[in-house]
Amino acid sequence: MAARVARDIPNGAYVNLGIGLPTMVANHLPKDREIILHTENGLLGMGPAPEAGAEDADLINAGKQPVTALPGASFFHHADSFGMMRGGHLDCCVLGAFQVSVKGDLANWHTGAKDAIPAVGGAMDLAIGAKSVFVMMEHQTKKGESKIVEQCTYPVTGLGCVNRVYTDLAVIDVTPRGLEVVEMVDGLTLAELEKLSGVPLKMAAVRAAA
Amino acid sequence: MIDKIVPSAAAAVADIPDGATVMIGGFGTAGMPSELIDALIAHGARELTIVNNNAGNGDTGLAALLKARRVRKIVCSFPRQTDSHVFDTLYRAGEIELELVPQGNLAERIRAAGAGIGAFFSPTGFGTLLAEGKETRVIDGRNYVLEHPIRADFALIKALRGDRWGNLVYRKTARNFGPIMASAARCTIAQVREIVNLGDLDPEAVVTPGIFVRRVVEVPAAVKLVSQPGAAA
Repeated sequence: MAARVARDIPNGAYVNLGIGLPTMVANHLPKDREIILHTENGLLGMGPAPEAGAEDADLINAGKQPVTALPGASFFHHADSFGMMRGGHLDCCVLGAFQVSVKGDLANWHTGAKDAIPAVGGAMDLAIGAKSVFVMMEHQTKKGESKIVEQCTYPVTGLGCVNRVYTDLAVIDVTPRGLEVVEMVDGLTLAELEKLSGVPLKMAAVRAAA
Repeated sequence: MIDKIVPSAAAAVADIPDGATVMIGGFGTAGMPSELIDALIAHGARELTIVNNNAGNGDTGLAALLKARRVRKIVCSFPRQTDSHVFDTLYRAGEIELELVPQGNLAERIRAAGAGIGAFFSPTGFGTLLAEGKETRVIDGRNYVLEHPIRADFALIKALRGDRWGNLVYRKTARNFGPIMASAARCTIAQVREIVNLGDLDPEAVVTPGIFVRRVVEVPAAVKLVSQPGAAA
C-alpha cells in the first residue's frame, strides 16, 4: 500500500505524511524524484531516522520520533507551519482513517467512545489544507465492516476533503460523480469490491497514470 | 540600560499569581522549558490555565505541574499520548478541564493574540465537534469558523541563545510554539542555553525580536548536544 501511494507522489512535491501507516510511504519514495517532506512541528526537508546514537531531542517529527534534516532543510514556528498547510501550499498529504464517506468526508481523529480522551493534533488542518488529500487505510475493519461508508458514523475530521483512497484492495477516487475505482487487486471484480464496500462504485473512465 | 536578564528561574517566575493563564512552549519535550516549569512548581501558583500543544509527557516538566495539582484547565491539541498518564488520570477523574483545539487553530489563535487581531475565520474544523456552537461564514464559496485569539498573562518558552534585550534564536524543531507564544503573553520569560553579548546574534538570524520578551534566564544544557551532519546547529 505504501509503495502504491509513493508512486503517485510527483517529482518536486511538498508532502506531509501523517502519523502511523502513512509514515511508511517515506521508505518507498522513488529515488529519482526530489520530494520535500513537511512535518508540522516545524521542518521542511525532513530526512530519515538518524543512526543509533545520533538522535537529537530537538529534531523530531510530528510523531515525536527522532529524524534528520536534509541539506536544504528549513525550520519554522507553528503558525508558519500550519499556514503552509491551511494556506494550500502543500501539494499532498497522506492520512490514515477510520472512515471515508462517498462524499469524501474524513473521520480519523476520534472514535467518539465515551471513555476515550479526545486528541486532534494537526489532523483537521491537514484534512482541509493540502491540494490533494490521500487516505491510506485497510478496506475493512477487523470485524469486516467497510471503512468506506455512505456517511461517517465516527466524528468527522473534515467534510468533502478526501481526493483519493488507497486500501489493501483498491485505489478509489472521490469525484463529484461518486466513487470511481482506479485500480483493484488482481482477481477482484467491481461487483465483489462493491459488495465488500457497501457503497456504489464504478470504474474510472480514464485510469490514472501511475 | 535595558537588561532583561534575571539571575534564576525562581526569580523569573516569582510573580506568577494564582489563577494566571500561562503559555508553555514545546512540542512534546522538544522546546519544553522544563527548568522554568520546575521553578513554577516550587513557586506554588495554583488554579492555572495552561496553554500547550500537549498535556505533559512522563512525570517531569508539564506532567509534574499537572501532578502537583496546580492546573485548573488546559488548552491543547493533543493531550492523549503513550506517556500522558498524569493527564489521563486527572481527566478521567474530572479534576482538570480540557479545551481541545485543532493544532493549526491553536497556533493561529496564539499568533492572532500577539498580532492584535480581534478574531479570524479559519476553515479548519468546520462541520466537526470542535466547531460546535461557533459562528460560521461562507467566504468565496468556502466554509469558515470564527476563532478568537488566545492571550496569556505569562509565557514560558525555551530558546537556544538570547541577549540582554531579549532577542532569541532557537534550535531545530524545538522552535515550535516559542515565537508565537512570546508575542501573545503580557510577560514572556525565556530560558536559554546561553546568554550572549548584545550584537553577537546576527540581526538577520534573530527569530524572536526582543520586544516580545520580558525576561531571559540562562539554563545551560544538561546534556551535550548531538550534532547532525548536514543540519544547522
